[in-house]
Amino acid sequence: MPLFAQAINMLAALFLLVAFAMLSQRRLANLINLYALQGLILGLSIGVVAYGTDQPKLYFSAGLNLILKVIAVPWLLRRLVRKLQVQWDRETILYIPTIMLLGLGLVIFAFNASLPLSELAGTINHNTLGIALASVLLSSLMMILRATAISQVIGFLALENGLIFAATSVTYGMPMVIELGIALDVIVGVFILGVFFFHIREQFDSLELNYLDRHED
Amino acid sequence: MNAREIPLQLTQFVLVVGAAPLLAGWIGQCRAWFANRSGAGLLQPYRVLRKLFHKSPVMAHEASLLFRIAPYILFGGMALAGAIVPMFSTGLPFAPVADAIALVGIFAFTRIFAALAAMDVGTAFGSMGARREMLVGFLAEPALLIVLFTPALISHSTSLTVIVMSLTAARLVLYPSMAFAAVAFTMVLLAENGRIPVDNPDTHLELTMIHGALDLEYSGRYLALIEWASAIKLLTYIAIGIALFVPWGIARSGHWAHFPLALAIFVVKVIAAGAGLALLETLLAKMRLFRIPEFLGTAFMLAVLGLLVHFLLGA
Amino acid sequence: MSGSLGLPLEIVLGTLVLWLALALASVAVSRYPEVIRSLFFVGSLGSLALCVAGFLAITRAPQVCVLPLGLPGLPFHLRLDALSAIFIILFGATTFSVSLYTTGYLKHARYPAGARMALQYHILLASIALFFLADDAYVFMVAWETMALSSYFLVVTDHQEVAVRKAGFLYLLIEHVGALAILLAFAIMQASAHHGIGAGYTFHAMRDSTLPTGLASAVFFLALFGFGAKIGLIPLHVWLPEAHPVAPSPISALLSGVLLKLGVYGILRVVFDLLHAQVWWWGVTTLLIGLMTALFGAIYSAVQSDMKRLLAYSSIENMGLILAGVGLTILFLSYHMTVLAALALTATLYHCLNHAFFKSLLFLGSGSVLHATGERHLGKLGGLIHRMPWVAFTMLLGTLAIAGVPPLNGFVSEWLLLQAFLGATSFPHPYLSMAVPLGAAVVALVAGLAAYVMVKFYGIVFLGRAREPQKSPATRIDGDPWERAALTYLALGCLLLGLFPAVVIRIFKPTLALLIAGLPANAHGHSPHHWFLLAPIDVAHASYIPWVFLGAIGLTVLMTFTAVRILFRKPIRRSAIWNCGYPSLTARMQDTAEGFGQPISHIFVSFLRIRRTLPTADDQTPVYRSEIEDLTWHGLYLPLARAVSWMTGLVALLRRRRIAIYLLYSFATLLVLLVLAP
Repeated sequence: MPLFAQAINMLAALFLLVAFAMLSQRRLANLINLYALQGLILGLSIGVVAYGTDQPKLYFSAGLNLILKVIAVPWLLRRLVRKLQVQWDRETILYIPTIMLLGLGLVIFAFNASLPLSELAGTINHNTLGIALASVLLSSLMMILRATAISQVIGFLALENGLIFAATSVTYGMPMVIELGIALDVIVGVFILGVFFFHIREQFDSLELNYLDRHED
Repeated sequence: MNAREIPLQLTQFVLVVGAAPLLAGWIGQCRAWFANRSGAGLLQPYRVLRKLFHKSPVMAHEASLLFRIAPYILFGGMALAGAIVPMFSTGLPFAPVADAIALVGIFAFTRIFAALAAMDVGTAFGSMGARREMLVGFLAEPALLIVLFTPALISHSTSLTVIVMSLTAARLVLYPSMAFAAVAFTMVLLAENGRIPVDNPDTHLELTMIHGALDLEYSGRYLALIEWASAIKLLTYIAIGIALFVPWGIARSGHWAHFPLALAIFVVKVIAAGAGLALLETLLAKMRLFRIPEFLGTAFMLAVLGLLVHFLLGA
Repeated sequence: MSGSLGLPLEIVLGTLVLWLALALASVAVSRYPEVIRSLFFVGSLGSLALCVAGFLAITRAPQVCVLPLGLPGLPFHLRLDALSAIFIILFGATTFSVSLYTTGYLKHARYPAGARMALQYHILLASIALFFLADDAYVFMVAWETMALSSYFLVVTDHQEVAVRKAGFLYLLIEHVGALAILLAFAIMQASAHHGIGAGYTFHAMRDSTLPTGLASAVFFLALFGFGAKIGLIPLHVWLPEAHPVAPSPISALLSGVLLKLGVYGILRVVFDLLHAQVWWWGVTTLLIGLMTALFGAIYSAVQSDMKRLLAYSSIENMGLILAGVGLTILFLSYHMTVLAALALTATLYHCLNHAFFKSLLFLGSGSVLHATGERHLGKLGGLIHRMPWVAFTMLLGTLAIAGVPPLNGFVSEWLLLQAFLGATSFPHPYLSMAVPLGAAVVALVAGLAAYVMVKFYGIVFLGRAREPQKSPATRIDGDPWERAALTYLALGCLLLGLFPAVVIRIFKPTLALLIAGLPANAHGHSPHHWFLLAPIDVAHASYIPWVFLGAIGLTVLMTFTAVRILFRKPIRRSAIWNCGYPSLTARMQDTAEGFGQPISHIFVSFLRIRRTLPTADDQTPVYRSEIEDLTWHGLYLPLARAVSWMTGLVALLRRRRIAIYLLYSFATLLVLLVLAP
C-alpha cells in the first residue's frame, strides 16, 4: 500500500477515534476542542488526498476546511458558550462504556452496509467509506443522546464533517462550488443557531431541550 | 533457543531489575520540575530502598506465611515479566516461555498474590485495598489483552518477539488500529501502575488509596521488595508500549553490532516516555473511585474498537 | 463372550459390576459405619482402574459389544471409543478423589445416612460408567435416567429440611425436562435411520444415516436444550445454585466436577459423532449462549455470600466457557477449518478436565471448612489458614487454578481458547470474522472476573482474622487424613495439568481425530521432541512453556530470598496491626462477602435484581439488607409460572360442570378423532 493511502487510513482511524471521544465527552468546552481536532484531521486528510492524487484545487479546499473548522466555527462556538455562560456545564449522559458499546455496534453495521458501495468505488481507500459512514452514524447517535442544544449543534456539525470526509477520501474531492456552499451554510447555520439559543435561554432560563418539550404540551 | 544469546537475555534481566528504580526517580524528578519544585534527584528511589532494606520489619501477629512470601513472589514475577518483553533486542532465548497472553497472566498472578497478602492480616484497609486492586485488575486485564490482540492479529502471532519483528520488518507502515490500541494501552498503563488519575502514588490518605492500602501492613525489606517490584512493573509496561507502538530501532536477533545503538535508542525512548507520563500526571486530576470502572471500561471499548478497525481497514 | 472383548472394556465392565456389588453390600452392612467407609475406599480403587482402562482404550480402535440385557429384542449396545475414553479418564480421576474424601468425610455421618449415601453413590457411579459406554439410544437413556434419579437422592441426603427438598425437586424437574428433549432428539434420529425395524435406535445406525439440514437442526437444538439443562446454560441454570449448597460436599464436588461434563459429552457425541455436517449458525448460537452463560455466571458468583452458591455460579461460568469452545469448534468445522477446529476442541476438552479437578478440589475443601466451622456463609468465616493450613494450601492452588493464572491448569485452557478465538478471522462471512474475535474480549472479561471472585472467596474464608471467633475451631483441625489425601491429589493434578500441557494434549489426539473428520495427521506442531512446549500451531505463532515459567519464577524468588537473607538480617518484630489511630478496630470490621462484591454489583447493576431494605432516618435499630436474586426467576420463570396458572385457571372454568359434561367432552373428542382418521 502506498504511504499516502496508509496515511489516509491512519487519519480515518483518528477521525473515528475523535468521533468516539466526542460521543463520550461530558464537558462542553472539551467537546468544542474535539470538534476543532476533528476539523484538523479532516483538513489534513484532504491535504494528503491533494498531495497523493495531485489535485492542486483540493489544497484550497483543505485550507478552507482548516480555517473554517479549526479556527472560525470553534471560535464562534466558544464565544457563544462564554456569552451564555455554560462553559462548565456537564451533560448528564449514560454510562460511557454502554454508549461505546452502542457505537461499536454502529461501526460493525456501517462497515457491512458500506461494503457493496465501497467495492463500486474502485479507489484505493474504499475501506475508509465504512469509517466515514460510521462517523456520520456516531454523530447522529450523539445528537440523539444529548440533552442540551449546543452539544446537539456540535453533533450536527460533526455529522457534516463525516460527510465531507466520505466525499474526499472516497471519491477524492467534490466540486468546489458545493464545498463553498456547504462552508457558507455552516457559518450561517452557526450564527442563526446562536441567535436562537439566546432566545431560548431568555424564554426558559436553560438550554435543556426538555423545557421545549414541556412547553409544547 | 539460541544459546549464544543467553548473555543478551541476562544483560536485559540485570538492566531491567537494576535500572527500574532509576525510571521511578526520573518520573518523580520530572513531576517536581513540572510543579516548579527542585525535586529529590534521580537516585532517590535507591536511597529509599536502602533505608527500607536496613530497617527491621514489623509484622502483625496475625500474618501468615503467605504474607511473608508474597513480596518475593511479586518481585520474582515482575522480574520474569521484565525479562520476556523485547526491549532492545528481539533475540531473547527466554521469550518462547511466555507469549503476550502469558505476560498478562503473570501480571494477574502477581496481582492475586498482592491482594491475598493484603487480606491476610485482616485489617479493614487491607481488604479494601485488595478489593480495589482486583476491581482495577479485572477491568484492566481484559483491556490489556485486547490491546495486545491487535498487533497479534497484524503479525499472526502472540509471541512478543515475533510481533516486534513483524512490526519493524517493513520500512514504515502505519497501522490505524494501533492508534486505538495506543490510547487504550496508555489508560491501562496509568491504571495498572497506580498513577494519576486512577491512583495517586504519593497519597497518604488511606481512604483514597489503592496501592497504598494494599501494602499498608508491609515494612522494612518486604516493603522494599514491593516498591522495587512496582518500579520493575512500570518499566516493563513502558517497554511493552515501546515494543508495540514505537519499536523502530530495536536490534534484530543475531545483530550484535546493533546492540549498543539499540540500547541507546531504547533509553532515549524510556526517558521520553517517563517525561510524557509525568506531564500527563501533572495535567490530570485524580478521579473518584467509581469513575474508575468507567475509565477502564472506556479503555476496554477502545481496545475492542482497535480490533474492529483492524478488520475494517485490513491493517 | 468375554474372549471377544478388549481389555479396557473388560476393566470398565468389571468396575461397573464392582460398584453395583458395593451398592448391594452397603445395604447388608448398613449398621457398621466403619465398614461403610471402607466400601468407599474400595470404590475409589475402582475409579483408578477405570482411569487405567481409559488410557488403554484411547489409542485403540473403538471396541464394541452387545450385552443381552434390557428388553427382549432391545439388547444393550456398548462401545468404548476415544471420546468415551477421554471422559472415562476424567470420570475416574475425579471420582477417585471424591471417594477417597468421602471415606474420611463419613466419620461424622449418622447411622442411616452413610449407608444410604453409599448405596446411591455407587449406583450413580455405575450409571455414569454405563452412560459413557452407551452405543444406542435405549441404554443411553436408561443410564441417563438412573444417573438423574440416583443423583437426586444424593442431593436430598439431608431431606429433613424443606429447602433441601425444594432444591432437589427443582433439580429433578429441570433434569427431566432436559431428558425429554434428548429423547425427542433421539426419536428424530431413529426415525430417519433406515436400518430395519427396531435397530434404528443404535448409534451405529444413526451414524450411517444422513439427516436433511432441517431435521438435523431440530436434533441439534433439542440436544442443546436437553444437555444444556444438565450443563446449566442460562436460563436452565437455576437448579445449580440451589442444589449445590444443600448437597453434602462430596456430592457437590461430584455434581460439579463430573455430572456437568456428562452434558458436554452428550453434546459432543450427538453433534460431532452422530450428526455429520455442521451448520455455521449452530456454532454461532452455541457460542453466543456459551459466552452469555459465562458472563452471567461470573457476575453472579462475584456477588454471592454463600460459599457453595458462589462455587455453583462459578461452575456455570466455566461451563459457559466450555460451551463457547464447543460453539467455536462447530463454527470452524462448518467452514472446514479443521486445524482451528482441533484447537478449539482441545481447549474445550482441556477445560473440562481442568474444571473437574479444580472445582472438585474447591467443593471438597469447602466441605472440610463446613465440617470444621458448620458455616457456609462467607461473612462469618475468616482466618482459617491458621487453623487448617493443609486445606488452606491445597485450596490456594485450586484458587489460583480457577482464577486462570499461570503456571496452573486453568490458564492453559484459557490460553488455548483465546488462541482459537484469535484464529477466527478468515470466515467467508465478513460479519462473522469481525464479530467472532470480539468473543475473545468476553472471555478475557470473564477471566478477569473469575480472578476477582476467587480472591474474594479465598481471602474471606482463609485469610484475615476470624469474623465470628465462636464459629472458628479452637484448635488446629485440618481435615481427616483421607480428606487431606484427596485434596492433595487434586491440587497436584491441577499443578501437573498446568505444567505439562503438551503431554495432556497428546493424549487428546485420538479423540480429536475421531471427532474431526479430515484432520491432518500432524496438525499440531508438537512432535515428540516438543513434549515440554505448548505451541498449538507453531512456535513462531504462539508458545508457552509453563514449567520453565515456574522454574524461572521459583529461581528468582529463591535468589532474592537468599540475597535478602544474607544481606539484611534484621529480625522481624511482631506487633498489633496498624489501626490508623482508631483504637477499637475489631475483626468484624474486615470486608464481608457483600462488601467485597459491592463494586461488581455496582457496575453490573442492570444484570442483577437487588432488593434493598434501607433504614429510615430515625430508626432506633437500623437494619440494612440487600438481597441479590437471580434475574431469570423474575424475568422468565415466575412469568412462566403465572402464565401456566392462568391457563390452568381457564381449564378450571371448563371443569366446574357435572360429570355428564365430561362425558360429553370425551365423546366429542372421540368423534373428532374418528372424523380425522383416514
